[in-house]
Amino acid sequence: MNRFLLIWRKSVNIVMLTLTGLAALLVVSILFFILGYLVWNGGTAINWDFFTKLPKPVGETGGGMANAIVGSAKLLFLASLFGLPVGFLGGVYLAEFGGKAFSFLIRYTTDLLNGVPSIVIGIFAYSVAVLPVKHFSTLAGGVALGIMMIPIAVRTTEEFLRAVPNSLREGAMALGASKSRTIATVIIPAAFQGILTGVMLDLARVAGETAPLLFTAFSNRFWSPGWGQPTASLPVMIFTYAIAPYDDWHRQAWAAGLVLLALILLANIGARLILARGTSFRST
Amino acid sequence: MSTATTFIKREAPLKSGPRALLQRFRHGDEITHLVTLVFAASILLITSMLVYELWRTSYLSRTKFGWNFFWTRTWDPIFDNFGAAPFIYGTLVTSALGLLIAVPVGLASAVFLSELAPRKVSDALAFLIDLLAAVPSVIYGLLGVFIVVPLMRTTIGPALIGTLGHIPVIGKLFQPPNYGVGFFTAGIVLAIMVVPFIISVSREVLLTVPREQREAALALGSTRWESTWKVVVPWARTGIMGSIFLALARALGETMAVTMVIGNDPKISTSLFAPGYTIAAVIANEFTEATGDLYLSALIELGLVLFLMTFILNGLARILIVATERGGGHAA
Repeated sequence: MNRFLLIWRKSVNIVMLTLTGLAALLVVSILFFILGYLVWNGGTAINWDFFTKLPKPVGETGGGMANAIVGSAKLLFLASLFGLPVGFLGGVYLAEFGGKAFSFLIRYTTDLLNGVPSIVIGIFAYSVAVLPVKHFSTLAGGVALGIMMIPIAVRTTEEFLRAVPNSLREGAMALGASKSRTIATVIIPAAFQGILTGVMLDLARVAGETAPLLFTAFSNRFWSPGWGQPTASLPVMIFTYAIAPYDDWHRQAWAAGLVLLALILLANIGARLILARGTSFRST
Repeated sequence: MSTATTFIKREAPLKSGPRALLQRFRHGDEITHLVTLVFAASILLITSMLVYELWRTSYLSRTKFGWNFFWTRTWDPIFDNFGAAPFIYGTLVTSALGLLIAVPVGLASAVFLSELAPRKVSDALAFLIDLLAAVPSVIYGLLGVFIVVPLMRTTIGPALIGTLGHIPVIGKLFQPPNYGVGFFTAGIVLAIMVVPFIISVSREVLLTVPREQREAALALGSTRWESTWKVVVPWARTGIMGSIFLALARALGETMAVTMVIGNDPKISTSLFAPGYTIAAVIANEFTEATGDLYLSALIELGLVLFLMTFILNGLARILIVATERGGGHAA
């Protein structure tokens, strides 16, 4: 009986541990499957036209997504313009100045903002940047993405500034530098690499956002001059093309998906490499 | 030389009045403090404006339908009659399905990464799983439309309907027609999307469990699995619950991938293969087409409902995770 129990416990041990390994393998293989499938489908669909031509009218094959690529770049530029200063300076406040209660409130709000579904951010941007002027615009899309960038920018800035050893602060102040000079010339440069990777990850995250753009930047089959017109963007194009009934559009959706995913994964891997090469002050 | 002069100015004794204020500003510290404070406070401002705008712009719908909004099952833009029930139902069902699949797989993977795999392998795999979390929602939607939907229509759907569909009570959940799009497909896609969150948070939490706990269990003669399942996991349970709540909040708010595979039909059906609709999906699909103020207002009220759901869940998740990481959920 006792021996039987022992064998039973040992087999449960082996079976369950194998299952956990299989689960991990399954999840990781999903990533490779996604990558492989996108390369397989998108690779054959991608060509020079994709990067340089405008979309063709419905029914004609060919054409590209040049306007969506430029549109995405413009949206990301605007988003950085709105989101990064708030996130960066907010992070500096939390790391270097913040009192207890108020900092807690800011941190909590930042986490809350991070958890707000992207579509709800879209509604907010719609009501502050589309409703007053009564038309969709690149600007409104930039506002939506900018708000989405704030939480991660705050968190990474604060984290990397805090990781700078206090001896550096004390050293700078002992030499007579004021607090703001210490922050600007010693602390921030020391944490710069880390903050930069944070910005890269932040951009990679919002680059793929679709939901908040649907009713802010909307979409456009043509070039969008200036900042006040609706603009196409890669994620929205993928969505529109994937649910449309045309084979040629599906082909282009795969190509756009491949380009978008490649950029996002490269940014993620690049950020990881920069961090691994060593900011000297990475905590833990 | 100029640095020397500024230095002397700084050392000048503080006087009261506007000159002293000016002098203090020369240090730059107060200005920097003030500027960063303003930007930090603007995060508060933006977030409260977000809540206020949702509340304000949903006014029409809130006053017209009141609490009935939540149990009305019709969604009729032509006669301006709007109810949220089918969308809330769809959101809850797809998220529950997603978690039902994602939690066992995610927890098992987290256990493997924290308990079995050597640290280097664990870190490498965790990085790959983080990459999975970085894949944008619309790409999951793309794969959902062209891989999962056909697979559901031709293989998984018929197989489940043919077997589980005949069981008396549970069978109600597995009934034809099966178009490939619907709650079940959305659940599968959601599961793939939230599993990285469950794994990375649970792994972190499991890694904080003290080594002595494992050693003590092993010393008492338990197998590796018993020490994991009966000692390590219970120790970390609060944090694991936190990771699940976090994943649930993600699943509720997930828009694009679900929109592309749910079928977009505002009906409450018991069968999991029936097409449905979720809150986020209806906003994504109908917001730009909403003619009439009441229609738009009803959509925004749906957004408000979604916001409140994720707000509560995120708050709970954060409390749980913080509770475990500080001194262990065991003590709490």
